[in-house]
Amino acid sequence: MQLYLPIAEMSVDVFVLFLLGGGIGFLSGLFGVGGGFLLTPLLIFVGVPPAVAVATQANQVIAASVSGAISHWRRGNVDIRMGLVLLAGGFVGSSLGVVLYTVLRAVGQLDLVIALSYVFFLGTVGGLMLLESMRVILRKMHANGSSSRRKLHVHTWIHGLPLKMRFRTSKLYISAIVPFAIGAAVGVLAAILGTGGGFLMLPAMIYLLGMPTVLAVGTSLFQIVFVAANVTLLQSIHNQTVDVFLAFVLIVGGVIGAPLGSRLAGRLPGEQLRALLALIVFGVSLKLLVDLVRTPADLYLLLPQVAQ
Amino acid sequence: MTAHGLRSLGLALAVGAMSWLAPSAPARGQALVADLSNHLVAITTGFTGADILLFGAVEGPGDVVVTVRGPARDEVVRRKIHVAGLWINGAEVRFRGVPVFYALFASRPVADIVTDEIADIHQIGAENLNLRSDSPRSQEEIDTFRDALIRVKEREGLYMPETGRLSFLGRRLFRANLTFPGNVPTGSYTVEVLLIRDGAVVSAQTTPLYISQAGISADVYEFAHRQAALYGLLAIIVAVGSGWIAGAVFRKV
Repeated sequence: MQLYLPIAEMSVDVFVLFLLGGGIGFLSGLFGVGGGFLLTPLLIFVGVPPAVAVATQANQVIAASVSGAISHWRRGNVDIRMGLVLLAGGFVGSSLGVVLYTVLRAVGQLDLVIALSYVFFLGTVGGLMLLESMRVILRKMHANGSSSRRKLHVHTWIHGLPLKMRFRTSKLYISAIVPFAIGAAVGVLAAILGTGGGFLMLPAMIYLLGMPTVLAVGTSLFQIVFVAANVTLLQSIHNQTVDVFLAFVLIVGGVIGAPLGSRLAGRLPGEQLRALLALIVFGVSLKLLVDLVRTPADLYLLLPQVAQ
Repeated sequence: MTAHGLRSLGLALAVGAMSWLAPSAPARGQALVADLSNHLVAITTGFTGADILLFGAVEGPGDVVVTVRGPARDEVVRRKIHVAGLWINGAEVRFRGVPVFYALFASRPVADIVTDEIADIHQIGAENLNLRSDSPRSQEEIDTFRDALIRVKEREGLYMPETGRLSFLGRRLFRANLTFPGNVPTGSYTVEVLLIRDGAVVSAQTTPLYISQAGISADVYEFAHRQAALYGLLAIIVAVGSGWIAGAVFRKV
């Protein structure tokens, strides 16, 4: 069945969009990433104008993250306190990011910066996670699992910072500056890349803050809801590029996929879950790198129409 | 009755039908009359593209050429360059007056009908479109960018790569099927019909065609542009609501 999208101004196959939304929703529930970093390129591939794809995926991410966050919350997997501190940083960071975005666009190499950032961050994050998971899985195989238990407390310079806060749910007692800074850094990147930034936030929570994977997933989803809502509102006001028809079809697919994903997340062991996410993230970065390096079929391209 | 008489009768009938459909077109003393089956393409939620019938009649011999041009806008063409192993954006050329849509129909191959000069004046064929550029680059280089622009537009399905068929029914009546894809941009289109005899344009007629959103699509578009903040808030509410409902439903299942 075909549906005409009023903002994208094109006709699309509803079934294809539905499957897309469902698949991304499933990943979002499973890993706690919004899935925007996968959805945006896929929408562009289907023919949706890039500006509409970036803005509309934020709207779909809200729905997928809300249902994911609720099911994680019911299982006690959301650290609200941590989420709020990350969020505070996120709002500061994304505001800075929007300024940076405008500067880069004026210089004329915005898409190169976006592509290179994706390759760098996805590649680094994916690669590190992959190595880590491999090590854990291998160690477990050799030592019969007894030594795989994570140390509860490793003392680093991070613990010397002031403004210490107790995060009961995560069993952490750390400086609030750390999650705030992580939130801000991810916020800057999220604004430039046009995604919720979950794929960066999640590893930061697991490896820098030392949160348990399941809690990190739930908390990440919780804060993504707010970040994505902020993006949806700003894009609607400044660019009029949020297509509610497109978003709705993706949402219907997404809200069905997300709970299935989060249910599976409860059954899979943490390290396997991380290895799987690492593979996906790493794969996407490789694909983007190949696109940058390979000689394009047509050396000429049209600059996408920017609103106004 | 002679063959000539029959022909006149046919023409009279055709012109009669024409004047009923397009009362504004003068029926007498005109070498060419043409009209569209519909002057408004309404894009509703189920829109997948549209077919419009162009029909008309000519007096005397000749060939008919039809161009369909969408509203004009600026386009920027960029060339990728190879820097440190990466393909990045290099030189760019801006073109003004680029129609968002272009299609050409002719009763015979255009090269056999018109001279290069006529093709250029009447913008027959995408390569003859009147695209302006104030780029300081050499004409040769600008032409390369121009060819690329047309190539991309053809790939997007908005410029027809082949000349469409315009068929004659008998010697007087002609028709052509104008096809618009599902991603056709909205706006005011121009359909130019030319009667060409011995390489010269003997008669021409321009007919407007409007492509616009209608119904719910149009309402959504209007809403998004007129009350952007409210639109954004509603989009968020719908998303949160759907996520919430789905969460509640899945708890029960």
